[in-house]
Amino acid sequence: MPFEFLEDIATADIAFRAWGKDLEETFTAAADATMNVMVEELESIDPREKKELRLENDHLDMLLFDLLQELIYYKDAEELLLRVRQIEIQEKDRLHVLKGVASGEKIDRNRHRFRVDVKAVTLHLFRLEKTENGWETLVILDI
Amino acid sequence: MALPKNIERVSDTIWEISPSYKEGMRVPARIYATEKLLHDMDHVVFDQITNVATLPGVTRYALCMPDGHFGYGFPIGGVAAMDAEEGVISPGGIGFDINCGMRLVLTNLTYDDVKPHLKELVDKLYDRVPAGVGSTGFVRISKNEFRQVIEQGARWCVHHGYGWEEDLELTEESGCIEEADSSKISDKAIDRGFNQIGTLGSGNHYLEIQVARRENILDEELARLFGITIPDQIVVMFHCGSRGFGHQVATDYLQVFLRVMESKYGIKILDRELASAPFDSPEGKAYFSAMKGGINMSFANRQVILHRIREVFSGVFGRSPEDLGMHMVYDVAHNTAKLERHLVDGKMKSLLVHRKGATRAFGPEMEALPARYKKVGQPVIIGGSMETGSYLLVGTAGGHQTFYSTAHGSGRTMSRTKARKLWRGQRLQREMEDRGIYVRTASWSGLAEEAGPAYKDIDAVIAATEQAGISKRVVRFIPIGNVKG
Repeated sequence: MPFEFLEDIATADIAFRAWGKDLEETFTAAADATMNVMVEELESIDPREKKELRLENDHLDMLLFDLLQELIYYKDAEELLLRVRQIEIQEKDRLHVLKGVASGEKIDRNRHRFRVDVKAVTLHLFRLEKTENGWETLVILDI
Repeated sequence: MALPKNIERVSDTIWEISPSYKEGMRVPARIYATEKLLHDMDHVVFDQITNVATLPGVTRYALCMPDGHFGYGFPIGGVAAMDAEEGVISPGGIGFDINCGMRLVLTNLTYDDVKPHLKELVDKLYDRVPAGVGSTGFVRISKNEFRQVIEQGARWCVHHGYGWEEDLELTEESGCIEEADSSKISDKAIDRGFNQIGTLGSGNHYLEIQVARRENILDEELARLFGITIPDQIVVMFHCGSRGFGHQVATDYLQVFLRVMESKYGIKILDRELASAPFDSPEGKAYFSAMKGGINMSFANRQVILHRIREVFSGVFGRSPEDLGMHMVYDVAHNTAKLERHLVDGKMKSLLVHRKGATRAFGPEMEALPARYKKVGQPVIIGGSMETGSYLLVGTAGGHQTFYSTAHGSGRTMSRTKARKLWRGQRLQREMEDRGIYVRTASWSGLAEEAGPAYKDIDAVIAATEQAGISKRVVRFIPIGNVKG
């Protein structure tokens, strides 16, 4: 998994680091990390329903914030657990645009094992950075 | 971890970091803790509370309670009163879970009455009060009706048959904070919350059956006044908030404030999570009205849960909730900003008091107290970890030093990620059962993350609040049954 949960940052909340060779991989890893805080086995989420993603933001890191918030939104509003299956991130006229597809299924308490609910993405220590090998992000989720 | 170099002892329970500690601090930061609690405190608390001290309008001190720990923006346990004319409002000073809070309910049952039925009670509570990721409640209403709920709070519930009229009097703000405005709330927030009334949530949210042992009655007269009158009396305490609705309201306005804070209002902050707007600005006012909707959703949530608890007890014991004496003691809010009047340098001032993971603890004779508690002060309900115990306290006149605020829990000392490596939920459940605490959980790893040793010593935290004079102990409760979110 291109993400890890951090033991020494945050106490009541959960911090993770996610990475990838490009923005797309990093965003996908961060989305999986967020979902993995709620669902123990990501593989248990079957791709039965699709959601088109289209997000834009002036700031690249806030585009990631928006993506993670989108997953949290669907979890409550439609009881949908989603994984990002395909995305493309582009910059147009100084606007960062994310297009893609997430798929997953409704919460099924018989099949999905749950960990803890994510309330929100916090901005405390939040960062998205270019590294030697690609990109990396640090996120603290409010639990 | 080393303490900041220039932290000074003001008393045995008050420690001050002067404004010279960090550029931009407008007032000193004060931490309420014994020396041991202070040394054990996560060092991030010192950084976070001194960041709070830089916010425009912060009055007297940026304060941190003895249960303080790593938060976002404010530390958990952070309290700051902002001047209503010149100060800011900040979602990071309230928390995403707006009006996460505690409710305490009495019974006239004793431990011996409940013990033979304990498993049945906890199992039924677990069925009737949904908990865990994405859970939905039994109150089926349209999105439009939900807008009424967020404007009317617990009052809506009582009028729809979920509770008693007296419950309202025994809730902060009488269960409905005025001037919540649903037009300031996004459709997304409504979507996330309208089917979640009556659900616990997860993380540190729980519903607990507790017992007040004779030796744990610390102030007999006050205990009696609060309804703890028989030996080994059973009470029910629970902790939950405004669910996805409140989380989305906070998230929405965090982003609104980030856009206008610096460009429109010239406010500079040291942590983006402290995004703020002047309280007296269109954005600040809009958030205040929307946040009040979160406060009301949370009161409604706890009101419906109370209704379910009464149904379960009534069903198990074959007696009406009235006959079982299931009156509320009180309902307190943790994560709020409220406009209050406080004496500052001899003058009454209007202040927006941010309490994030802190409990309001009004002293005797203060306005807003229910008539029955006016003489003695506000009941303060503080939950400890599921393995240790919880407290009922009372607000004191000495609370003026913290804008009448005190601790809200024991406070964590260990990360969730570490705790889940150290404990296993199933084993913990068995061990707790051997010790007389029957637990049902929506998540095994969630249970492991809540293990007692992941928290500070509740007795030490509570003692520190009493020593500092900001709240006083009345009863300590011991858990015997727990539904864990």
